[in-house]
Amino acid sequence: MSKVETSKVETAPAAGATPIPSPQYRDWLRQERRTRLTIRAAQLAILIVFVVLWEILPRAHLINPLFTSYPSAIWPTFVEMLKATPQQPGILTHTWATVLATVVGFTAAMALGVAIASALWWWDALYKVLDPYLVVANAMPKTAFVPIFYIWLGAALSVYGMSLAISLFITILMIYSGFQGIDPNKIKLAQTFGASKGQLLAKVVLPGSVPTLIAALKVNAGLSLVGVVVGEFQSANLGLGYLIVYGSQILKMNIVMTAITLLAIVSSLMYLAIAWLEAAVMRRR
Amino acid sequence: MQTSAVTGQAKVELRGVGLRYFGREGETEALKDISLKIAPGEFVAIIGQSGCGKSTLLSLISGILAPTEGGVMVDGVAVTGPTRKVGYMLQQDYLFEWRTILENAVLGAEIQGADMGGARERAVQLLTRYGLGQFLYHLPRQLSGGMRQRVALARTLCTEPDVVLLDEPFSALDSQTRIALADEVTEILRREGKTAILVTHDIGEAVSMAERVIVLSRRPGRVKSDHAIRFASADGSRPAPFAARNAPEFNGYFNGLWKELEVHVQG
Repeated sequence: MSKVETSKVETAPAAGATPIPSPQYRDWLRQERRTRLTIRAAQLAILIVFVVLWEILPRAHLINPLFTSYPSAIWPTFVEMLKATPQQPGILTHTWATVLATVVGFTAAMALGVAIASALWWWDALYKVLDPYLVVANAMPKTAFVPIFYIWLGAALSVYGMSLAISLFITILMIYSGFQGIDPNKIKLAQTFGASKGQLLAKVVLPGSVPTLIAALKVNAGLSLVGVVVGEFQSANLGLGYLIVYGSQILKMNIVMTAITLLAIVSSLMYLAIAWLEAAVMRRR
Repeated sequence: MQTSAVTGQAKVELRGVGLRYFGREGETEALKDISLKIAPGEFVAIIGQSGCGKSTLLSLISGILAPTEGGVMVDGVAVTGPTRKVGYMLQQDYLFEWRTILENAVLGAEIQGADMGGARERAVQLLTRYGLGQFLYHLPRQLSGGMRQRVALARTLCTEPDVVLLDEPFSALDSQTRIALADEVTEILRREGKTAILVTHDIGEAVSMAERVIVLSRRPGRVKSDHAIRFASADGSRPAPFAARNAPEFNGYFNGLWKELEVHVQG
């Protein structure tokens, strides 16, 4: 008891706050907490309502259960598919294939995007020449290339190719516009110290573009997943995209819905990982 | 420094400097036929209306811009690019928000490839002297405007330049901080025997800080006049800027320069 008392006395003046929170402050904290909890509860409620409707509507035959399956059928299907069969690898292998192709795709898009945007920043004439091509390449529906990639790259590589192609151009454009947005006075400042072009890039432009890089990562992680799934629709015999096509062809909605649920989980985990990365990086700013 | 004063060599010299900007609409003459000599340890202010090329003049002396005519020399050597002898303080602090205060202060030394151990030691000393000792590992956003500008001064002086260029270094600050910091900066630069060139549109700032005020004409900027600022204080030393503002000579200089600038508010 007395220990607590002394430590309080020691820390309170250093913190510079009133030792005892005022009643008004306590009210404010309570209000704050209530708002936060309400938002969480509402978010959870939406998910629950969705799942419950998905379960009840087909069971009440308001929707044809053949089209939608049930949430309660997903877990048993998932458990059943964990085991590999002679015709099919286990579902975790499928999931891993999709995740790996996505991670490789957006990592390559980030690396190439930074490299190409740096080159465009370095040689302004290069940017001026390539600008219209980049804009058109970005606007092209990349999924139109799925069959071509299949012919060019084969079944496995075409998935990776699509994953990269779908996110690369937007990444280049986003990162380059981030580079352009760096305060020219910061560059001038470095120049007054005699900075070389390489030093400008390494010490001003790249570190100043970290928020842009994270924004680009957010966009292209999602796009890469789209690219992988679409690539798998066409060409693969592995991956969640493949399972979706396979399940729908044999009219087994359980398989389709399980694969889609796994995709939702993969997206959520990616979102959490990027949010964590962003928080870690932005703490420095 | 003493020897160069004896031989009469200027610290900074401009010979017939002109600068034209080229654009698709035509060329703009920013500066024309500027010849100046600035002695070692001298504190010179350059004033003129906005757009008269004052800042451009500093960019030429610092070597980040090359003149289209004439030449710039520092210590009798032609300037071809940024040199370590010249430090440049810009209108705002432009601290890098991703670097700590100490990392910001050593930026110049880092770019110049100087010995980083020595640079860090100097930066810590400078920052401590400017009252920022306990903020070395803080981030710029945690500091006030006046503190940030002091970090910018430490960043400039950390590379140990002989000549310090000041481009309206207080314009982003509130008036109180501005006057207080002008005192501090002037004192620091005088004590360290730096040659200082201050560009400002604030006549009061120029008269109170500098011992020589050069007036530039409207575009194209040329030297219109060159005034020595003298205060007859008791011991013959130069009063601090704040004290200079209260000296009897201040208003005379101020009004003279005011008339010369022909400031007309245009409707």
